[in-house]
Amino acid sequence: MPIEPIIDNGRTMIKKLIGAVAVMLTCTAAIAAESNYPLEKAPDLVANKASLQNGAKLFVNHCLNCHSAVSLRYNKLTEIGLTEEQIRDNLLFTGERVGDLMKIAMRPGDAKTWLGTAAPDLSLIARAKGINAGPSGSDYVYTYLRSFYRDASTLTGWNNLVYPNVGMPHVMWDDQGPRELTKVDVHQVRGKNGEPNTWERVTTAYDAQGYTSVKREPLPGYTGHATSESRFKALNPAQATAYERDVADLTAFMSWMAEPNQLQRKTLGVYVLIFLGLFFVVAWRLSASFWKHVR
Amino acid sequence: MAGDKSVETTGLMGWLDRRFPVTSTYKAHLSEYYAPKNFNFWYFFGSLALLVLVLQIVTGIFLVMHYKPDAERAFQSVEYIMREVPWGWLIRYMHSTGASMFFVVVYLHMLRGLFYGSYRKPRELVWIFGVGIFLCLMGEAFFGYLLPWGQMSYWGAQVIVNLFAAVPLIGPELSLWIRGDYVVSDATLNRFFALHVIAIPLILVGLVAAHLVALHEVGSNNPDGVDIKKHKDRHGRPLDGIPFHPFYTVHDILGVAGFLFIFAAIVFFAPEMGGYFLEYNNFIPADPLKTPPHIAPVWYFTPFYSMLRATTTQFTWVLIGCALAGAVYILAFSKIKGIFRLIFPAVLVALAIGLWVIDAKFWGVVAMGGAVVLLFFLPWLDHSPVNSIRYRPGWHKALYAVFIVNFLILGYLGTQPPSDVFNIMSQIGTLIYLGFFLLMPIWSVLGTFKPVPDRVTFHAH
Repeated sequence: MPIEPIIDNGRTMIKKLIGAVAVMLTCTAAIAAESNYPLEKAPDLVANKASLQNGAKLFVNHCLNCHSAVSLRYNKLTEIGLTEEQIRDNLLFTGERVGDLMKIAMRPGDAKTWLGTAAPDLSLIARAKGINAGPSGSDYVYTYLRSFYRDASTLTGWNNLVYPNVGMPHVMWDDQGPRELTKVDVHQVRGKNGEPNTWERVTTAYDAQGYTSVKREPLPGYTGHATSESRFKALNPAQATAYERDVADLTAFMSWMAEPNQLQRKTLGVYVLIFLGLFFVVAWRLSASFWKHVR
Repeated sequence: MAGDKSVETTGLMGWLDRRFPVTSTYKAHLSEYYAPKNFNFWYFFGSLALLVLVLQIVTGIFLVMHYKPDAERAFQSVEYIMREVPWGWLIRYMHSTGASMFFVVVYLHMLRGLFYGSYRKPRELVWIFGVGIFLCLMGEAFFGYLLPWGQMSYWGAQVIVNLFAAVPLIGPELSLWIRGDYVVSDATLNRFFALHVIAIPLILVGLVAAHLVALHEVGSNNPDGVDIKKHKDRHGRPLDGIPFHPFYTVHDILGVAGFLFIFAAIVFFAPEMGGYFLEYNNFIPADPLKTPPHIAPVWYFTPFYSMLRATTTQFTWVLIGCALAGAVYILAFSKIKGIFRLIFPAVLVALAIGLWVIDAKFWGVVAMGGAVVLLFFLPWLDHSPVNSIRYRPGWHKALYAVFIVNFLILGYLGTQPPSDVFNIMSQIGTLIYLGFFLLMPIWSVLGTFKPVPDRVTFHAH
C-alpha cells in the first residue's frame, strides 16, 4: 500500500492550484520527468586544481546566471588555487564582493515566468542527484550536460536524454557544436483485432536543427527484450572533444562545490585510521595482559 | 565528630565518603561488580551503545550552537556548519553517522539479549527499560531527521505524522496537534527541535541510568544463561565472576577501538553510506509543493515501515483469521488457567472485530507500533526451560535465523518502491515477525533441550 502524503490544508491547495495554473500558462519544465537513461561514470578530477579552476570559470560564466549556488562564497575558491585578485578580476561581474555568497539577481518569480520553473540552486546538486548504492550525483551531472539534443518540438528547441522535456536549454551549445542524434527503440506493438503482439524497431533521427525523421521496421521472430539506444554524432568532432573536457572540468567543480571539504576529509581520515589501528593494537595487548590471569 | 558516618577511606576520599557515596558507588558498579567471565563478542555492544550516546550528546551540543531551527534558514544553516564552521563538517558527520551506528549497535545488543535469554527472570525490568530506550531512540531519530529540512526530512515527517490521522475519532485533530499546523511547517520544525534536543534526551538518559541500575541489581546474564551467584567463594564472590573494573573496562576499550575504526572509516570515507545514512534527496531543500516520487524512511525504520505498508485491507482479513484461530486455540487447547483463559480469547475476538470495522490504514500504524511494543512482553512470551540459545534444540536456532533474515528482508523491502511481489513478501514477513513472538509461548517449550551446565563454559585466553 503506497502511503500518499495528505495535505489537508485549504491554503496549500490554493497555492498548489495557483502553481498549477502558472505552470500550465508557461507550460514547460514542470511536467518534465526524469528517465532511466544510463548514467556514465564522471572522470574523477576533484583533486585536479587546473580542472577545478576551469570548471569554476565555466560555472560562473554559464550557470551562475539562472542558477544560484547560495551555499558557496566566492572566496572559498581560494581553496582551489585562485587568489582573491583572480576571483575579483575574472569571476565577479556585477559588483559582488569576494566574500559574498554565489547568489543571482534573477528572482524566483521571474524565473518561473521565463523558464517555466525556478532554476534549482546548484550548491549541492552533485550530491543530491546520487542514487542509493548506484551512480553518484556527479555521474548524473556529467551525463546530463552531455545529453542535450536539438528537438524542434520543444519550446526551447532543446531536449535532454537524461531529463526528457527539461525546461533548461542547452546553454553551452555554442561550445559543443552541432550534433545529430539517432534513437533506436525496440518495442512491442499490440496486435490489432486479436492478432498476436509483434515487435518493431523505431529509428528516430534528429538532425542538427532538431527536425526528425522516423523509420519503422517490423521485427518478425524477435525474441529479446524492449531496448532503447541513443547515438550522438558530432558534426564538428574537434569542438565536441574540447566540450567533453570542459564538461568533465565543470562536473569536477560542481562535485567539489557540493562538499568543498571532501579532500581534507579523506586526507585526515587516513591519519585517523592509522592512529585508531595503532590504538587497537595497544588496547588488544592491554586487555590480553589483564586477561591472561583469568583462569 | 558526633554524627559522622564511619568510613574506611581517609583524607580527601574520607571527607567525600562521609558526605557522598563515592567509594561505595565505585565499588558497587565497577571494582566489586562481579560480571561473568565468559562474555563474548556480543557483549561489546552495551558499552558501545553508551559510547555512541555520549558521542551524540557531545556532537549535538556543538551542532545546536550553529543550527537555526527556522524553516527559512535550517537547510542553509546545516550547509553553513558543513562549510564554514571550523570542523563543523566533522561534527555533523559524526552526528549523522552516530545516528545510524546507534541503531546498528542497539539492534545487535538486543539480538544478544534474544540469543542468551537476557530478558528472562530476574532481568525483566532490565529488558523493559531497554525497550523503552529503543522507543526513545526511534523518537529521537524521527524528530532529529526533520531538522536538516531537506526533501526527505520534510516528506518523511509529513507521511509519518499523517499516519496518526488514521486513529479513529481523534485522528485528524491528533495529527494537527502534533504538527502544530495543517502541513509540516516552521511550527513543526520548532517543536521537533525542542523534543530532539531536550525532551527525549532527558528521558533517554534517565532510562539508561535505570537500565544500568536494574542490571547491576540483578547481575549480568552470560552466554550460557546460568546463574553465577549459585557458586561463591568464602568471601561471597561468585566463582565465575570477575570484577568489572579492570577486566571488562580494558576489554571494552578494545571494543571501543574496533568500533571507532569502523565509525571513522564511515565518517571520513563514506559519510553518505551509499545514500543510506544520508539520503541523497535530503541535499535538496524542503519544498512543500514538490512531493518526491519515492519517499523512504532511513534504513533503521524500514523493517517497521514494511509492516505498515503490508497492512492492506486484504491483509486485515488474514489477521482476522489469525486472531480468531488464536481465540479458538486458547479456549480449546491451551494450558492457560483462570480468568486469562477467557480474557485472551475475548481480546482476540475484539481485535478481529476491530480489524473488520476500522480502516486498514489504522491497523498499519498498529502493526508498526505493535511490532515494537510486542518486545515489552518478551519476558512473558518465552517459556523455554533454558535461557541460552546454546542449549536450545537445533530447530530453535533455525527459527532465530529465519527471524533475523526475515527482519533484514523487511528492512530491504522498506527501502524499495511498493510493488505487488514486494507487497506479498512484506505481508509474509510481517506474519513471520508477529508469529515468532506471539507463538513463542507454544514453540519455546517444544523440542529436546540440551543439559545446561552448572558453571559457565570458559576457555582461558
